[in-house]
Amino acid sequence: MSTIEVSPVASRTGGQSYRVINDWSIQVATVNGSGSQTANNILMRSIFQMGIPVSGKNLFPSNIAGLPTWFTIRANKHGWIGRKKEIDFLVAMNPETAREDVLKLEPGAAVVYDAPLKLNELRTDLHFYPVPFDKLVVPVCPEVRLRKLVRNMIYDGVVGHLLGLDFEEMKKALYKQFGARKAKAADLNWNAIQAGKQFAEESLPKMDSLWAERMDKTAGKIIIDGNSAAALGCVFAGVTVVTWYPITPSSSLVESMIGYLKRLRIDKETGKATYAVLQAEDELAAVGMVIGASWAGARAMTSTSGPGVSLMAEFVGLGYYAEVPAVIFDVQRVGPSTGLPTRTMQGDLLSNALLSHGDTHHPILFPSDPAECFSMAGEAFDIAEHFQTPVFVNTDLDLGMNNWMADPFEYPTKPIHRGKVLTAEDLDRVGEFARYRDVDGDGVPYRTLPGTKHPKAAYFTRGSGHNDRAGYTEREDDYVNNVDRLSRKFETMKKWIPAPEMQRSEKASIGLVYCGTTRWAVEESRDQIAREYGVETSFLRLKGYPFTQELEDFIHAHERVYVVEQNRDAQLLALMKLDLPVPLLSKLRSIRYYGGMPLDARTVTTKFVEQEGL
Amino acid sequence: MSAAAAPPPKKVNRIGLDVLPYKGGKTTLCAGCGHNSISERIIEVLFELGIEPHSVAKMSGIGCSSKTPAYFLSQSHGFNSVHGRAPAVSTGALMANRDLRGIVVTGDGDTASIGIGQFIHMLRRNVPLVYIIENNGVYGLTKGQFSATADRGSKQKSGVINDMTPIDCCLMGIELGATFVARSFSGDKKQLTNILKACVSHRGLSLVDVISPCVTFNDHEGSTKSYSYVKEHEMALHDVSYVPYYEEIQVDIEEGEVRDVTMHDGSHLRLKKLGRDYDPTNKRQAVDAITDAEKSGEILTGILYMEQGRDTLHDMLGMVDEPLATLPQSRVRPGPEALARMMEELR
Repeated sequence: MSTIEVSPVASRTGGQSYRVINDWSIQVATVNGSGSQTANNILMRSIFQMGIPVSGKNLFPSNIAGLPTWFTIRANKHGWIGRKKEIDFLVAMNPETAREDVLKLEPGAAVVYDAPLKLNELRTDLHFYPVPFDKLVVPVCPEVRLRKLVRNMIYDGVVGHLLGLDFEEMKKALYKQFGARKAKAADLNWNAIQAGKQFAEESLPKMDSLWAERMDKTAGKIIIDGNSAAALGCVFAGVTVVTWYPITPSSSLVESMIGYLKRLRIDKETGKATYAVLQAEDELAAVGMVIGASWAGARAMTSTSGPGVSLMAEFVGLGYYAEVPAVIFDVQRVGPSTGLPTRTMQGDLLSNALLSHGDTHHPILFPSDPAECFSMAGEAFDIAEHFQTPVFVNTDLDLGMNNWMADPFEYPTKPIHRGKVLTAEDLDRVGEFARYRDVDGDGVPYRTLPGTKHPKAAYFTRGSGHNDRAGYTEREDDYVNNVDRLSRKFETMKKWIPAPEMQRSEKASIGLVYCGTTRWAVEESRDQIAREYGVETSFLRLKGYPFTQELEDFIHAHERVYVVEQNRDAQLLALMKLDLPVPLLSKLRSIRYYGGMPLDARTVTTKFVEQEGL
Repeated sequence: MSAAAAPPPKKVNRIGLDVLPYKGGKTTLCAGCGHNSISERIIEVLFELGIEPHSVAKMSGIGCSSKTPAYFLSQSHGFNSVHGRAPAVSTGALMANRDLRGIVVTGDGDTASIGIGQFIHMLRRNVPLVYIIENNGVYGLTKGQFSATADRGSKQKSGVINDMTPIDCCLMGIELGATFVARSFSGDKKQLTNILKACVSHRGLSLVDVISPCVTFNDHEGSTKSYSYVKEHEMALHDVSYVPYYEEIQVDIEEGEVRDVTMHDGSHLRLKKLGRDYDPTNKRQAVDAITDAEKSGEILTGILYMEQGRDTLHDMLGMVDEPLATLPQSRVRPGPEALARMMEELR
């Protein structure tokens, strides 16, 4: 069954008898470093400003310039913003990949291409639109060295005309992107867009059936990447110390945070910063600084990806055992080892949960969109400080580096929570202070900060065996009591972990469980499964770890539960097997994808249908 | 003597504290370990200078040396962290709270091997703290393996000779940006005390490499880090004395014999010439002196290099004057209008 809805309207050239409106994907194939990102963002934004739900995904190589790169824009009137595998409209700018890109297309697709490539000779079942980019760029861009960049803007004009995009919106998007300070560059690019438009009007009669039409489904929404959203979340969560080591795909998180901090966190009276950002010598030092800063009372965070997490293992164990807060954003990429640094994966679930030697357990938050990157940044700091332990915020390259249409962020309603910190006045009042004593029965002890002026404030922090007064010990009972308290603390944490998003359909005997960006493919896949196979499903989207009671109840309520995730080894399922009661485990099934691309709905549907024998 | 006589009044320092808060738990190191003498010097220096114990953060990595912060300053917060990683933890702590006085105690394993990367980067950043290396040339806790500071030709207890080139942490410090570099000997009470006092007055990173013999694994014939070897080969550059800012200078300086250095806090460091004229602000001379001493088998002690006025990490970060750790919400969470503005830009 086709997922494309068609409406019988005569096309303007009469070549096609139907129109596909607001349900297509464009792929722009260029060379890395050619400046196509700006042109692609403007295209995406124009569609967004027309009120059409849209997503953009940049498939780029681990390279600065010269290797192929693809940008996919999907417009979807239903609001499905996950990846769609099939390409409806190709813009072939890269001679190196053009042939393969064209051969992969489904019949009926449209191809805008650089005329000298003569791609029309390859197939007869596509709609080809040759464009002489080199010829068109000369009159709009007299400066030779800029032509390589401006050339890309021409395809915006061509594609805009062919799809019927609103050029007023495109102009707005362009000038927004360049800003007032680069008005001259914007003018140059606007001329290029118009040159493309004019050429298309004069020379390219419409042959395909793809059209954009204004809708009202993006009102109030924003476009932002997950890394910037997380950065902004940290700024509004009151982050004070940020340390990091550059690594794809997490670097832009701290880089954009530096920009936000400079704008929002400079003390008006003194011109000084209410934060400190330091680029460390490696991830090990970065997390060590976070541990030191948090120990001394800062709200401290670092951001990294899988290889960095591996380096942080020893310190994260120290944070767990010595009970020091830390917030670690893990923007996952494909591992193991260097892996595919510019591809996406949910490959660090187990390492985040269990990092370091000995018995360790770490809380994790799983944002699925920019709004959650923002809100969960705040939650991560509150959990880290309340429970005095490292917290992972587990995102991925797809969420972190791609631009997403998102709900605007809500200003935090709760005050910043600093946890059980005793001041000098508190120490006078309580009489006795034992750093690791379970005073409240929730496993969470009290701490004091260095610099507290009180004779009873000091304690000695160590990663070696310690009793409840923080004294050195190798005694069996001291050790067992302490690590059992840490387990109690982890249990208490379940009350603080955001509850899953779920929908239990009365008619459904099958459930789907997933986390993070897997959301987008699964939501669309459930719709496909219902429409195409008549099967209703329930879902539960995890927002954090440790798992809460809702997960057990959900599995209880269903005959079979598919755990959908983006890794080879079913890591989320493995974590569930570690933590859930054994009788529930036989109900669990696994759907996995691990090719490095953002997961798409059709892949989930196909794997589901196979296992269900539909 | 009457049995009812009152006990002698406790000696108190200039902030009215007796020595007890400056002391720590009972040491668990070997009797005669050089590290214990260094702990005693730290207690003595901070007591005498009247440093408030709560203002100090005692930091360490892992090893015999790193255990020692438990043996001094019981009213200071301490952090016995991860092997070789005290620099990162200390840097973080001092970013969080710029009012803390960081005293880092590490060993030669910590500094010259597993944590050499962190050591170097801490130097580059001129993190304002006192960094003490308790240098004995061996790994004590794992029973006597050579460390990277063991001299070429030095003999292990088992008879093995070290063939590898030693790492000189002071030379590295001078090359890589430390603004105060000294070498001393745990057995040289007076010199070490005065050097440590100068460290407290220094604004920026001060590095003190203290040769601190391991009585159990490296105090035998053939070792170049034994008590007897160091006593025989120590060559002091100068006689170091220190006059704190709150005391009046009583002795006039003899021209040409004594260098008087006014430190950041107004204290005076006085370096009395011993044999040769040595200018500790001259980087090239410092490097030459250390290199020459190494060639002739001497252990050069004293203040090897100092540079005043360089920006510290705190200056470079441009932070507010108050500790970041305790800034109130009103200063670290921008208002709703700021978020609304950001959202508008993204629409």
